[in-house]
Amino acid sequence: MEKKKIATRDGFGAAIYELGKENPDIYVVDADIGKSCKTVAFRDSFPEQHINVGIAEQNCAGVAAGLATCGKIPFVATYAVFGSMRMCEMIRQEICYPRLNVKIACSHGGVTSANDGASHQCIEDLGIMRTLPNMTVIVPADYTSAKALVKRAAEWDGPVYLRFTRDAIPIIYEEESDFQIGKANVLREGNDVSLIAVGDTVAIALEAAEALSAQGVEARVLDMHTIKPLDKEEVKRCIRQTGRIITVEDHNIYNGLGSAVADIVAEQGNALLRKIGIQDQFGMSAPYERLLAMNGITAEQIVATARELLR
Amino acid sequence: MDKQLSISQLEDICLDLKKRILTMIYKAQSGHPGGSLSVAEFVTACYFRELNIDPARPRWEDRDRFILSKGHVCPAQYAALAMRGFFDEKELDTLRTEGSILQGHPDMKKCPGIDISTGSLGQGLACGVGMAIAGKRDRKDYRVYAALGDGECQEGEIWEACQTANKYGLDNLIVFVDNNNLQMDGTTDQVMPNRDLGEKFRAFGFDVVEINGNSMVEVVAAIEFFKAIKNGKPKCILGQTVKGKGVSFMENVCDWHGMAPNKEQYEQAIRELDGQYHTKSA
Repeated sequence: MEKKKIATRDGFGAAIYELGKENPDIYVVDADIGKSCKTVAFRDSFPEQHINVGIAEQNCAGVAAGLATCGKIPFVATYAVFGSMRMCEMIRQEICYPRLNVKIACSHGGVTSANDGASHQCIEDLGIMRTLPNMTVIVPADYTSAKALVKRAAEWDGPVYLRFTRDAIPIIYEEESDFQIGKANVLREGNDVSLIAVGDTVAIALEAAEALSAQGVEARVLDMHTIKPLDKEEVKRCIRQTGRIITVEDHNIYNGLGSAVADIVAEQGNALLRKIGIQDQFGMSAPYERLLAMNGITAEQIVATARELLR
Repeated sequence: MDKQLSISQLEDICLDLKKRILTMIYKAQSGHPGGSLSVAEFVTACYFRELNIDPARPRWEDRDRFILSKGHVCPAQYAALAMRGFFDEKELDTLRTEGSILQGHPDMKKCPGIDISTGSLGQGLACGVGMAIAGKRDRKDYRVYAALGDGECQEGEIWEACQTANKYGLDNLIVFVDNNNLQMDGTTDQVMPNRDLGEKFRAFGFDVVEINGNSMVEVVAAIEFFKAIKNGKPKCILGQTVKGKGVSFMENVCDWHGMAPNKEQYEQAIRELDGQYHTKSA
């Protein structure tokens, strides 16, 4: 059965509109790419809460910091490459260091900007952002969770980095599902192997879990939507319950979800771990599914890795 | 704030400020005296005449904001804040030491009266633009003052912020450029010529006045002039200044950008400043 697909950037657009309607202190700071980041409805409905600084991302982060000191809750809307790298030092100095209430909301995460090519694909952001003190890092796994987690981020007092997809991905959550920052969602229980996934790869992990189940292997599947603060207790439960963990992410295998989980596994010292992700290489213009496949981010690869761990 | 202070009274206060700057840096044996001294007249004019602030309520939402975008010269701002009663003057002795509210560069979460943490050059003005936009949107009367270095104007983000100040008609933003023509590696002309900063700010939509930035009467007049103009244009005071102003052996000497005086130098500097008072203050 083909699941309905929507990009998570559309979830951001829907949620930020609702937030803006409820709270006049919610601001959007655009850097010319509002149409793509889905802030147009917000802009048209709440012009007094909207700023567009043009193609000038460094200033964008600074303006947001200044707004936050005046009690506003600014959401900077941009692409992940710019939000995590062009703005990086401004986010560090003016947002994370003084712990200001600014949200960096980024579309085009991972390789979801597929045919745009390597310049617009972002496989480094989660590692960079989780290294900044005071930063919270969130990657919703579908449209529904994107809407919910944007609202949780608005309620969270402090800097938050949010990453969304450009391309459509399957809807996996019911509308009323519960999301808490820093609390992983257990999507499937199992005692043989744990699949800890984030963002657009959660649906792939679920697909792999079904295939494994058909082969008599029961996988525990986590949606680790908050990379930082990481839900360490849930990771430890995976270690105790299955002793075998596979992390799956649309991000470089270095410094993302896999590395965060590896820290816990190393500290606990009693589980096998495999990391599935981008193989430390830049992408190219190609279909999204092809780019994932080039890096082994497929249900088939997860299944094969699980079988290898169980051998 | 007592707005009745005369220019000569402000000049004497500025000498008090400069002596505190040097004492702090001498005791810490670390800091940036040259730029702290060149911006001292502007800092004094702001904190002792122009800023609508309340030491008892450092986060008062209607206050004027002061952004030290060239954050390394924070001894000037710390001295002013202490003299205005934002914190005990004894804190000045703790500059750059472990546990101090007076970090090597301004920290808004540690030090009362700091409106934004700065220190990484080029970033403060953008924050000021955000504050000025918030003021306009909230229909508040406060102004945002931002002190920039001329070397700092080599950063691209400054000009990104200027674009935004122009677009949003921020006549509640007053920029002061401490145009002392020196930066760490040499003169700005050697390191990276700024060409005509006044023309640059004009081209970015600012009203600009060019003054002697170490002349209290000119600094006060420039601020008063711009405060009276509500024309939807951001303001820039381009202040020609002398790095190390007031201490003969520090003036226009590049090495005093980031060097602490030894005992002899410190004592001579204080003697020179003491000799510049209109009236001997208590």
